[in-house]
Amino acid sequence: MAEEVKTPAPLPPPEGEKKPTAEKPAAASPAAPAKPAAPAAKPAAPAKPAGPVPLPWTSPLVEKYKSQYGSGLEAQTYLGQNYLTVDRSLIPDILRRLRDDEQFDYCVDITAVHYPKREKPFDVVWILYSFPRNERVRVKTQIADGASIPSSFPIWPTANWLEREVYDMFGIQFDGHPDLKRILLPDGWKGHPLRKDYGILQQDKEWVQINLGIESGQ
Amino acid sequence: MSEPKDAIVHSLSNLDLEAPEKPYLDSNELIINMGPQHPATHGVLRVILKLDGEKVLGTECVIGYLHRGVEKIAENRTYTMFNPYVDRMDYCAAVSNGLGYCEAVEKLLNVEAPPRAQYIRVILTELQRIASHQLWLGTHALDIGAMTPLFYTFRDREEILKIFEKYCGARLTTHAFRIGGCQYETYSGFEKDIKNFLTFFAPKIDEYETLLTSNRIWLERTKNVGVISGADCIALGVTGPVLRASGVKWDLRKAQPYANYSKFDFEIPVGTNGDTYDRYLVRMAEMRQSMRIVEQAVGDIPEGPIMGKVPKVIKPPVGEIYHSIEAPKGELGYFIVSDGSTQPYRLRVRPPSFVNLQALDLMVRGALVADVVAVIGTFDIVLGEVDR
Repeated sequence: MAEEVKTPAPLPPPEGEKKPTAEKPAAASPAAPAKPAAPAAKPAAPAKPAGPVPLPWTSPLVEKYKSQYGSGLEAQTYLGQNYLTVDRSLIPDILRRLRDDEQFDYCVDITAVHYPKREKPFDVVWILYSFPRNERVRVKTQIADGASIPSSFPIWPTANWLEREVYDMFGIQFDGHPDLKRILLPDGWKGHPLRKDYGILQQDKEWVQINLGIESGQ
Repeated sequence: MSEPKDAIVHSLSNLDLEAPEKPYLDSNELIINMGPQHPATHGVLRVILKLDGEKVLGTECVIGYLHRGVEKIAENRTYTMFNPYVDRMDYCAAVSNGLGYCEAVEKLLNVEAPPRAQYIRVILTELQRIASHQLWLGTHALDIGAMTPLFYTFRDREEILKIFEKYCGARLTTHAFRIGGCQYETYSGFEKDIKNFLTFFAPKIDEYETLLTSNRIWLERTKNVGVISGADCIALGVTGPVLRASGVKWDLRKAQPYANYSKFDFEIPVGTNGDTYDRYLVRMAEMRQSMRIVEQAVGDIPEGPIMGKVPKVIKPPVGEIYHSIEAPKGELGYFIVSDGSTQPYRLRVRPPSFVNLQALDLMVRGALVADVVAVIGTFDIVLGEVDR
């Protein structure tokens, strides 16, 4: 099966970095008052191609949090879906309050997105749902490569495997996770496949050689 | 609410598979390995069991044997090219996977499938739910020791697969839907085939029930086995029939209707005890409800096009979307980030089986080894979806 695809040497990382300029509007860092540079990100938003654009999201929940956390938090809605872009430092606080005060009792998913060209290349995304309110919200934060983030396992036990998968695929560390290790890939594997610099044909050849006793078919 | 949750946090973070600290009487605790090649694990699931005699003290699941990197593949395929790949995740419910994916991309494109396509989608998806539950019932009963239901369910599942085959040429990995509508127009006799199936199948569910519902061995093996409370289900993110059997009346088809489910009249069956037997009853009732939906839908499929106005080259605008559906196993979600190109920048699949499987440890602690098999079966996991 592997025979016919033998030729190409490990692909250069290309694919992922297709459009570094097309920064997602949501990714624009919240205009923190401390950083005078941040407002520069604002004018970039209108220069979007045609299509729906994220609108500001207003609700009592947002008002309350805005008044408390100020510019560390940005609330938007895109195609009817609400999301909060929050500062990394607010993370355990806001998630816990969303569960305890706002009844977001079900953590649907935790995942990440890699933007290699950005200063803080990772978006970590929590998708939350509230049974009593029948409402969804997404929480996003940006973190730097190699930085860690507090685990949400104490808030939602379901985060256990979800965070392990994010660690496995992106190499993001979760502080306070009870058992942070690879989940889908073998323990000794090198690299984190869902990073954009990991090519689609790339493989841990050494692992394959040692554990399977064959030359890597890629 | 917070109390049971903390209890789980406590019990899960204490999972320790190292050598025991203090022996119970003079017997040693035993660590044994179940799978990955084991007929009762429904694929290649490996479970490490820590036992005290026959009693389970703790488990750890080792997964990933079927990992194919579906999310990475998605980033290197166009939206259309990726469509058949989703059929290979939960290969027992390919139609449902396809519906979730197509609807997610449609949402991102801000288009909607025309009414006729919506009806065809609902009919096929509900037939798929019946087929998936039939497969679950047969294999689950086989695991527990009842061999006969397997033959009955596979015999009847064949009728659904025949309809799929006539519609799209494939039985398992159907690729029945396209972004924006349906792949194919219905064949002549489609409605008649489905009506025939409904009259054929109604007495068959009763037949399954005569084999199991009040069978004494079945009751012994499933009542009070693998009990989980509704609060624990929510804390662990467990969805689908497992959640409903624990008394939480929640179904995405009702809570956040997608496709055109809001047009149909059906009930959400719920259980009370959250044990294996209740999950059995919930799934049996779900098959009946699915039949109700199909019956209503097949009666008034509207005329009209089957494809919406979708460009040949699919290039969603920059943005991101999360869309989920009620798959036979629970909430199946797709989180798609578009950078405005023809390929998804990031595509995340939220698989119900993967998340549900996490509850295994909680449900089998203190149970017997034989119950582990019953509990794995009752989740209705598909490893293709767990590992992706």
